[in-house]
Amino acid sequence: MSITRDEVAHLARLSRLALTDAELDHFAGQLDQIIGAVARVQEVAAEGIPPMTHAVPVVNVFRDDVEVPCLTPEQALSGAPAAEQGRFRVPRILTED
Amino acid sequence: MAAGDAGTASDLTRLSAAEIAAAVAAGEVSAVEVTQAHLDRIVAVDQDVHAFLHVAGIGALAAAEAVDRKRAAGELLGPLAGVPLALKDVMTTADMPTTCGSKILEGWRPPYDATVTRRLRDAGVVILGKTNMDEFAMGSSTENSAYGPSHNPWDLARIPGGSSGGSSAAVAAYEAPLAIGTDTGGSIRQPAAVCGIVGMKPTYGGSSRYGLVAFASSLDTPGPLARTVLDAALLHEVMSGHDPCDSTSVDAPVPPVVAAARQGDVSGLRVGVVTEFSGGGSQTGVQARFTEAVELLESLGAKVVEVSCPHFTYGLSAYYLIAPSECSSNLARFDAMRYGLRVGDDSTRSADEVMSLTREAGFGPEVKRRIMLGTYALSSGYYDAYYGKAQQVRTLITQDFDAAFEQVDVLVSPTTPTTAFPIGERVDDPMAMYLADLFTIPSDLAGNAAISVPCGLAPEDGLPVGLQIMAPALADDRAYRVGAAVEAALEQRWGGPLLAQARELREQGGETR
Amino acid sequence: MTDLAQLVPYDEALSRYEPVIGLETHVELGTTTKMFCGCPTTFGLEPNSAVCPVCLGLPGSLPVANRAAIEYTIRIGLALNCSVATWCRFARKNYFYPDMPKDFQISQYDEPLCTDGWLDVVVEGRTVRVGIERVHLEEDTGKSLHMGGATGRIHGAEYSLVDYNRAGIPLVEVVTKPVAGTGALAPDVARTYVTELRDLLRSLGVSDVRMEEGSLRCDVNTSLAPHGAAEWGTRTETKNVNSLRSVERAVRFEIERQAAVLDAGQKVVQETRHFHEDNGSTTAGRSKEEAQDYRYFPEPDLVPVAPDRDWVEQIRASLPELPAARRTRLLAEWGLSDLEMTQLQNAGALDLIGATVAAGASAADARKWWMGELARHANATGTELADLPISATEVARVNALVKAGTINDKLARQVLDGVLAGEGDPDAVVAARGLAIVSDDAALTEAVDAAIAASPDIVAKIRDGKTAAVGALVGGVMKATRGRADANRARELILERLS
Repeated sequence: MSITRDEVAHLARLSRLALTDAELDHFAGQLDQIIGAVARVQEVAAEGIPPMTHAVPVVNVFRDDVEVPCLTPEQALSGAPAAEQGRFRVPRILTED
Repeated sequence: MAAGDAGTASDLTRLSAAEIAAAVAAGEVSAVEVTQAHLDRIVAVDQDVHAFLHVAGIGALAAAEAVDRKRAAGELLGPLAGVPLALKDVMTTADMPTTCGSKILEGWRPPYDATVTRRLRDAGVVILGKTNMDEFAMGSSTENSAYGPSHNPWDLARIPGGSSGGSSAAVAAYEAPLAIGTDTGGSIRQPAAVCGIVGMKPTYGGSSRYGLVAFASSLDTPGPLARTVLDAALLHEVMSGHDPCDSTSVDAPVPPVVAAARQGDVSGLRVGVVTEFSGGGSQTGVQARFTEAVELLESLGAKVVEVSCPHFTYGLSAYYLIAPSECSSNLARFDAMRYGLRVGDDSTRSADEVMSLTREAGFGPEVKRRIMLGTYALSSGYYDAYYGKAQQVRTLITQDFDAAFEQVDVLVSPTTPTTAFPIGERVDDPMAMYLADLFTIPSDLAGNAAISVPCGLAPEDGLPVGLQIMAPALADDRAYRVGAAVEAALEQRWGGPLLAQARELREQGGETR
Repeated sequence: MTDLAQLVPYDEALSRYEPVIGLETHVELGTTTKMFCGCPTTFGLEPNSAVCPVCLGLPGSLPVANRAAIEYTIRIGLALNCSVATWCRFARKNYFYPDMPKDFQISQYDEPLCTDGWLDVVVEGRTVRVGIERVHLEEDTGKSLHMGGATGRIHGAEYSLVDYNRAGIPLVEVVTKPVAGTGALAPDVARTYVTELRDLLRSLGVSDVRMEEGSLRCDVNTSLAPHGAAEWGTRTETKNVNSLRSVERAVRFEIERQAAVLDAGQKVVQETRHFHEDNGSTTAGRSKEEAQDYRYFPEPDLVPVAPDRDWVEQIRASLPELPAARRTRLLAEWGLSDLEMTQLQNAGALDLIGATVAAGASAADARKWWMGELARHANATGTELADLPISATEVARVNALVKAGTINDKLARQVLDGVLAGEGDPDAVVAARGLAIVSDDAALTEAVDAAIAASPDIVAKIRDGKTAAVGALVGGVMKATRGRADANRARELILERLS
């Protein structure tokens, strides 16, 4: 077994997914199968092989420190589920950052 | 069909993009007429095909009118001015919703256009609307769309491929001559193959990702779908090029793809058949059509050899670690705080609870699976064995390509192991669904260029088969050159495009035309 | 919510335990635009008016790195004697929080831009070399207002309002290596390190480093181990340390608290603690269910940063004189004592003294005014010396007037009051308030005669030979002239009169 139901529940919590029990059961089986399959990568001998960065390797892509027009506050808030005083209204935050 | 015959509305929808552009530029037909003809076609068939999530009739006609005004004023028009296009709903548009096929973005209006969107508009291309897709580009059939699947015009009971299934179906159904898709594991090429049209995945970074809602950042590549290789090349040129807003975009001139598409000559070209992909892994008819295509290339003067790319078979595993890892991070922003769906905010619940309830309600099962898979692969303790290892395998696959391209100029394989499977067949079996990407994934991992062109119908089911041609990174033109050669030779053999062999779609009102 | 902590008195704690400290400092860079987009970094703008798809993390947006921010970071690293990486990458730090637009922060993980440096700090005559582990670059988050609760803090709030103007502003994180062997000086070392770092950053021109505005933020790590122990103790991280004084108090409190925990035979909990300004204590943050796993991976939307050595050397060549070197030079030039220099530095007055000297005063005189009368004003009004509405040139002028005898020290204070009150420059104030010393004999004679007439008993003493009593009569003259008499001349006149 590659992954247990409890581990899947943990992953769901970490990724902020309030899965139902039925979903947990369903996904646990599927994820177990998938992880078992993708684990094939471990068969590959890769001593000293660098991980891939980009298809066309390039470095130092920068922008100049020059202002560019922003969105208006109306545009910024246009999709907001809730807004107040020009700010995004969000439900109470329990943890300190 | 010559441009001069552009008369009836249904004729206009049968024209290629090149023909439409020429007719509009010559004043033989107005862009408005062309656009209206396509909007009418959408009304006639999209209830069955369901390629579109949003049709922007008014906006499209306004854009068409602008092209007509320019033409009347004697201004120079671009090579695709007045040509209608279907845009995958993963690209942001400031005047149309962008849902990515998900409930979590239902009705979301971005406050900005993607760079690709802007380039199309600047070129006078008429965007008809946004097409259906697997949710957040995860899937090979559009069955993962929260808004229902699209249907293959060849057989409405079958999938049109995915994730750019809506775009592919739209083109195959003559709802638009051009479409934009995005390819991460094969999501342009596979839909093109199963719909019998042309689909190209440019070199990674060839087209800007600014405004492309990210699934897997290091893999996502916007690209063209069309009914001809030339049309695809024309769109490729218009949409591509360096973008300072995208740090990963290629800072080099767009390869000469249009010239290559017009040239279509393969004499002396060295073609490699990927050993690992030409064994018994494919459906019989797919393998048969592929073999014939290779023989065709030889008859056109190409030198064909077998090339082994030993790490390609690990591509699927590497991809299904890298893509979910990046997507688990990319999709974290859908947290109900700034835009999109918000569920469960009853003024007592915490932000975390609202985030979790929203994502539970707003994401479909495939998205949830991949988010969890990605979270797993990146977890401390698992990173080296999964994500880290997968990135090494990716390097090895790239090295396989590099070695292969020392021996040959292009590599070929079938685009996908089977023809279009029935809707519902693989929906409950993720692993079976993932197999559709087997042949396309290596080019996504390595970032090189790859095109799919129709190479016939599988005899057992009469459904289209695609030939995949892979070229080195930045040598996109080479893929077009070979694709054009194959297309010309096969269309001569068939007496016309493959798509002409598809049954006509029933139009609303009951008439078949 | 304060858990009433047991504390062991400081000296006692140190008699048994050895502290090890570490500091993580976040610096908001003073670039014109944000780290990954062209939005302005200006402080105090209307909420959500300095945002774009990138810093708002809208779907489809992509970051592009600000070259100036990279340069500033290299400057900081070089000034801290670090090595600059030849190749490094940004990484994603993944966690969910409403003030994070993407629910991941673009930061650096195992490939920081600068590593392995040091900063010397001097505490009570002793030089402590604080090792610098790393200097890396990341982006700041948005800011939340917590609404509906009693205190405006998170606990008890009903909901929050988020402004993303600050999201994406470049942030440099400077992390020290653990600093051991400082014993009782640990709180002082911590405070002095932050002060030195602040001054260094200010001299580099990379940030306005105002702790009260949040452009310099500090987290302090503290651990204790029994004297002679082989291993270090468990450390706690204290956040919300918003002033230099708080840095010192936080370390001190943690030492006292951890000593009590260890004395009781318990283990110090590895946790994040929150510092309370009002009473100098720390309390445990809400304990999280599980330790955070940030699932770092290299940022795929950005390409690696590989500063070529020419660029690095160019930056190195452009570094200004750093505070330590400057102090050494000024020490020699100004002839002040070590203690006097340290006081000047702690008060952030070096630039002011320098400017006042440049305007003609001696270093000693400049120091007298700035650290005396003007420092008193600053403390009384709760401002920084540099923010007082008086320029170095004006201070030099006041000093010059005293030196010339136009005014005396006492009058000078009134002149300073006038300049600070906005009445004009020193000369204008002297004229308007009539503060010039009266040395005109005619006017003085009048006052002298009046004083003599008013105090016959003192006059008698003087005539008896007790010349010291002249002082009292001079005092009378000063009082009569409201302090403006030339005291020496008055004395002469008195003696003349009585002889």
